[in-house]
Amino acid sequence: MKHVQEFRDPKPAKALIARIGAVLDRIGATAEKPVHIMEICGGHTHAIFRYGLDKLVPPGLEFIHGPGCPVCVLPMSRVDECIEIAERPEVIFTTFGDAMRVPGTGKSLMQAKADGADIRMVYSPLDALEIARRNPEREVVFFGLGFETTTPSTALSIQAAAREGLANFSVFCNHITVPHPIRALLDDPHMVLDGFVGPGHVSMVIGVHPYDFIAEDYGKPLVVAGFEPLDLLQSVLMVLEQIAEGRAEIENQYARVVPEHGNPVSLAAIADVYEARPSFEWRGLGEIDASGLRIREAYRAWDAEEKFGIGYAAGARSVAEPEGCMCGAVMTGRMKPVACPQFGTGCTPEMPLGALMVSSEGACAAYYQYGGARAAEPAE
Amino acid sequence: MCLGIPGQIIEVTDEARMMALASVSGVRREVNVACVATGALEDLVGQWALIHVGFAMSLIDEDEAAKTLEALRGLGEAQETLEAMAAGDAALAGPARDAMEESA
Repeated sequence: MKHVQEFRDPKPAKALIARIGAVLDRIGATAEKPVHIMEICGGHTHAIFRYGLDKLVPPGLEFIHGPGCPVCVLPMSRVDECIEIAERPEVIFTTFGDAMRVPGTGKSLMQAKADGADIRMVYSPLDALEIARRNPEREVVFFGLGFETTTPSTALSIQAAAREGLANFSVFCNHITVPHPIRALLDDPHMVLDGFVGPGHVSMVIGVHPYDFIAEDYGKPLVVAGFEPLDLLQSVLMVLEQIAEGRAEIENQYARVVPEHGNPVSLAAIADVYEARPSFEWRGLGEIDASGLRIREAYRAWDAEEKFGIGYAAGARSVAEPEGCMCGAVMTGRMKPVACPQFGTGCTPEMPLGALMVSSEGACAAYYQYGGARAAEPAE
Repeated sequence: MCLGIPGQIIEVTDEARMMALASVSGVRREVNVACVATGALEDLVGQWALIHVGFAMSLIDEDEAAKTLEALRGLGEAQETLEAMAAGDAALAGPARDAMEESA
């Protein structure tokens, strides 16, 4: 097990933690009645555990780990569809490495590869495009997966394929958006959320305004944050200060990278290539309206779902999640990973049952890696 | 998978396709610069950008690049990205090489 990393700059961290404590006192937050702040981004979850921020902050603050890891929220049915495409003999299936170990109903992409499917891990959709150029006799499918940070790269690749008339390239589109699941969580009567730390690199693309509804419709603050530990602490402090002052605004702690209105080239590519699906299934969260993207009619020739008649193009289908898996409850903050009966026993990073243990950015994997595992080990 | 890694743009390689060579933690990799190109592509040479899955997504200053890289190393993300780049190179070579690289 890795150890929680020392702060390389403990002085400003200590000062920020002291200020966080003072604001929590002003709010009247205690261990029994804590303020709940959700970090949405899986990268933030990872950083919180890596640097032990959850233990450094006073007990009046509780982090709730949100659904911001695209690998973690990928439902089993979509993994099954990946495998169905990948096992076609004419297909070279290309994917980011993160998705390789996510369990499907029968197997993961890793297992399908071992069984002989031509599945290749790529760093970029540009690699997939190049594979398509070099293998004109094969169908090259790219597994498009990720939030708004990744979405434009797939869009630009589809545009490039269209420009070149690269007919043997297509995308199995599983791109999802951050704002819609937040709305779904806020509409959930079981959720207790007092504020949000927003994902910085998503906002580098979309800017800060897609979150306006959180302040306007729900009266909750959100601060877009960088992912260095000091960024996170400062963002938490900014959220708490808003709560203490009775404000609910969307603020930008990460202005050195995040422009208020996002990146215009990325946004134009997204708008050109995709449209919202009526609804999209999330692991643990179910169907969420308008939360996923599909490829527009104009780019239909590069849509793997249309090309292979699979997925949403083939009509509704639903696959149950594995029995005993509590990923949904963990992702909505209703259960801590260590409270799951499978944690560390039936579900480990080596043999994951649910997606939150598969990705290093998942809350369960972070708990397991940075010390939470001990709490779940049976006493001997 | 949603974190970008800083890289320095060192040479424009294909103007029509908006491609440039970037140096990412000492590793050279062709990246697409469409999202950060506001003028002549040549003007990007020497600049730092956050690179995400092969696309320069945002220009950053050198100091921010150094701090970000240090944070990514702390999280193990820098190594993961470099490994993903190597895997991408291997994938271009075909399934046999791909499998070999993995077992190496």
